[in-house]
Amino acid sequence: MSTAQKSPPSAWDPASVKEELLKKYPPKVARKRAKQIQVPVPGEEQPEIMANVRTIPGILTMRGCSYAGCKGVILGPTRDIVNITHGPIGCGFYSWLTRRNQTRPGPDGPNYMPYCFSTDMQDEDIIFGGEKKLRAAIQEAYDTIHPKAIAIFATCPVGLIGDDIHAVANEMKEELGINIFAFSCEGYKGVSQSAGHHIANNQIFRHVVGEAGRPPEGKYRINLLGEYNIGGDAFEIDRIFEKCGITMASTFSGNSTYDQFARAHTSDLNCVMCHRSINYVADMMEQKYGIPWIKVNFISGEGTAKSLRKIAQYFEDKELIDRVEEVIAEEMVAVKAAQEEVRPRTEGKTAMMFVGGSRAHHYQDLFNEIGMSTLAAGYEFAHRDDYEGRRVLPNIKLDADSRNIEELEVTQSETEYNPRKDSGTLEALAEAGLPVKEYKGMMTQMGDHASLAIDDLNQYEAEKLVELLKPDLFCAGIKEKFSIQKQGVPMKQLHSYDSGGPYAGFKGAINFYHEVDRLVNSKVWSYMTPPWKKNPELVGAFVWE
Amino acid sequence: MLLRHTPTEIKERKVLTINPAKTCQPIGAMYAAFGIHGCMPHSHGSQGCCAYHRSALTRHYKEPVSATTSSFTEGSSVFGGQANLLQALNNIFTVYEPDIVAVHTTCLSETIGDDLPQIVDKAKKDGLVPEGKKVIYCSTPSYVGSHVTGFSNMVKGMVNLLAESSGRHNGKVNIIPGWVEPSDMEELKRLASLMKVKHILFPDTSGVFNGPLDGTYRMFPEGGTSLQDLASAGDSSGTLALGEWASADAARALDAKCKVPCRVLDIPYGLAATDRFIDALHTLAGVPVPEEVERERGQLVDVISDYHMWLYHKKVALVGDPDQLIPLTEFLVSVDMCPVHIVTGTPGKAFEARIKEITKDVPYEVNVKAGGQADMFLLHQWIKNDPVDLIIGNTYCKYISRDEDIPMVRHGFPILDRVGHQYFPTVGYKGGLRLLEKILSALLDRKDRDDPEETFELVI
Repeated sequence: MSTAQKSPPSAWDPASVKEELLKKYPPKVARKRAKQIQVPVPGEEQPEIMANVRTIPGILTMRGCSYAGCKGVILGPTRDIVNITHGPIGCGFYSWLTRRNQTRPGPDGPNYMPYCFSTDMQDEDIIFGGEKKLRAAIQEAYDTIHPKAIAIFATCPVGLIGDDIHAVANEMKEELGINIFAFSCEGYKGVSQSAGHHIANNQIFRHVVGEAGRPPEGKYRINLLGEYNIGGDAFEIDRIFEKCGITMASTFSGNSTYDQFARAHTSDLNCVMCHRSINYVADMMEQKYGIPWIKVNFISGEGTAKSLRKIAQYFEDKELIDRVEEVIAEEMVAVKAAQEEVRPRTEGKTAMMFVGGSRAHHYQDLFNEIGMSTLAAGYEFAHRDDYEGRRVLPNIKLDADSRNIEELEVTQSETEYNPRKDSGTLEALAEAGLPVKEYKGMMTQMGDHASLAIDDLNQYEAEKLVELLKPDLFCAGIKEKFSIQKQGVPMKQLHSYDSGGPYAGFKGAINFYHEVDRLVNSKVWSYMTPPWKKNPELVGAFVWE
Repeated sequence: MLLRHTPTEIKERKVLTINPAKTCQPIGAMYAAFGIHGCMPHSHGSQGCCAYHRSALTRHYKEPVSATTSSFTEGSSVFGGQANLLQALNNIFTVYEPDIVAVHTTCLSETIGDDLPQIVDKAKKDGLVPEGKKVIYCSTPSYVGSHVTGFSNMVKGMVNLLAESSGRHNGKVNIIPGWVEPSDMEELKRLASLMKVKHILFPDTSGVFNGPLDGTYRMFPEGGTSLQDLASAGDSSGTLALGEWASADAARALDAKCKVPCRVLDIPYGLAATDRFIDALHTLAGVPVPEEVERERGQLVDVISDYHMWLYHKKVALVGDPDQLIPLTEFLVSVDMCPVHIVTGTPGKAFEARIKEITKDVPYEVNVKAGGQADMFLLHQWIKNDPVDLIIGNTYCKYISRDEDIPMVRHGFPILDRVGHQYFPTVGYKGGLRLLEKILSALLDRKDRDDPEETFELVI
């Protein structure tokens, strides 16, 4: 359909590109998409973007479902919970080892991640109900594996036929004496994976957080929320924390274990990486246990340095502040050297990124560090606050799809509530540049140059964007990868990192610079046209002379 | 150890599947639909199904896989998905302009009982299907059968909704290739052409999932069976259906609908199954077998004889789909290897019977299981109890292969970590050579790795 010729756009008009993207749609689709495509402006006031709304049927979406968000994304990286998919075989099969969340169980520790457990529902289960089968499956999983916890995940038909998976979970919990809990994450819930994240986090908060009382040793204990250890990101972040003397008590949920979730309430600070998938857990932990949260970003060298400084500033301890500065100074030497090495080959190049609920924002920093700019970016399943910042939270209208996703009522824990900082201290910290519960969103960062923010980008728009703006690199997921590359533009998966990573932290930044250098400078993109298409056809004997 | 929780002791499981040797129907329907030229496969259900199937096929082929979905919400799950499908068809024909949309259902739309014929009929009456464009559909409940069943159902849908009988023979043979790779479909066409047999092969994913990189993205690539050919399949003189599970139903439906007689053969993996395929073309189309085909056959026989000592009585574990496993097992037995553990998640008593018949002279006990709890967890346990020299199966086998230190050959679906299946066939005599090359390389690489220095040899 389209052929992209390399020539980076100089000045371009986002509004006219937007218009171009909408031209082919039926009027109803065009009206809706027009609200989901916005031009960021300088400053914090951003145009209202429509987000977290229904995908348009028939429009080739990047999105997945609630089950994928719940079982795949949030619970996928936890190694010692047996995850049983209650449903026909497909859902369990597709979420089996297909995300690159790494884990380190040690030589003898439990690790169920290479396993796929399913009730493999058959037509008789659909007709007569699947509760009996689920109960028996839990028993067989217990008899075979002897885990300390079992989680049950509902697929589409389960909700429709009315299986009470929570009752079965409770009953089996009583019977087996281990923690068993269930997730009503049927694929039709909500409008994207985001609903599944919420369902997953709610249940982890309700059934696991607070179950274990003992905090790990350590002076500065934090939780890292919304980090999924794709390609080993959490290992690198953990390395840096250890070097600084910061104890990562639990991660939600990269390289995580049941016990880490269970003790999360004992930490003194929650650091939120992916705002979209987990900001509400941070809020709930604050309400119930008095743990404040700050937004961090360990993607990019500067981002990592800034996040470490924020953590140190929060603990108000000179020893930590000094140590963090030492670590930053030490680590940034190699980071700067790598930037300088690749910059001559990456400077001035352009990128587009359409992923998840945070990476389309975070990775802009990484590109900036090697002189690349972002022409267009957007999220697959984010909400308005992820684009425009938390300041718009009070104005977000709940639609029917969101209302169906449970919001937990959380109150202060009578025994465990302990405000880590009083309100005066928090205000003073905010004045000193460390506001808690703050996220300004992706668009605020994009308004200083010509750009587009596009929610729930689809195949057609992706193809058009590449055709019109000819980016040097396009970032999205596996489903988008090869149609983009057929157009002659390198494509980097920012969900799974292809086969790369880690890209978080200092070493991750260095890895990413080199990866981008490889992608945008690979020789392969020069081979697409064979020589005979460039040479005129000559006829006659003289050709041989 | 990656699969550190798999015990050697086998306790019977009645309901729990662990590490399945199958997936669900819709992905098969989607794969088959990609074998029609100009087709947009459409998944009528939650958008997650479509996302999962597209991801799985993309990872397997490293090619664009564009398919649409009805994106059910909670509301559509309660009130039915008609409005979603109507809107989807309008959007698909307006934005992507396919020649045909092939709709399959999911467990969601099946459970709520959406009536596809009625909805598609309404779409036509409402003018949502442009003149000359087609919409076909099939029912693919995920809780029946497996991905293979879904493939079969979509191919049957092609026959039921596209094949026509004009009353005049077209002088062609229909070949339904079954769930094989694009490279295999290409090879089947090459063999039929070598035999000078005019043919219609459907579905045909060659040229769809092994396309070139030339700077142009084609949502509808050059490959795929044309709508004209699919219509004309009703005028063919006969149908060769390769595989009882994936192809036979469609062939029988075509016989019932258009009186095109059919023969069901095994997919031509290996010597004997390819012999039967060639002989069927020879006898049914009334054509001689050209020398070139005989030479290819002779080459395969030659290599079997040259390397027989490395194959003889080597034990093999296999996992895959029935239509693949039957001829593969037969091929292994024919080169004097010993398939001893064979599982498929796709149900079918006939499978177990066929395998038992093929392996009846194998001098070891043979384990075979199909359907419920016939999974890779069980296969692994069998291997722990009775080790093998080689594993043949999809990429998930690499966890067993690594833990048990057993060489493996990738074959089947999905292959997520190696290149080749898109481009190099395993059907036909040439495909048999490739299979042998892969098997021998795996076995001999292992021998070279493990041999003590004094017996390490240059010439093998």
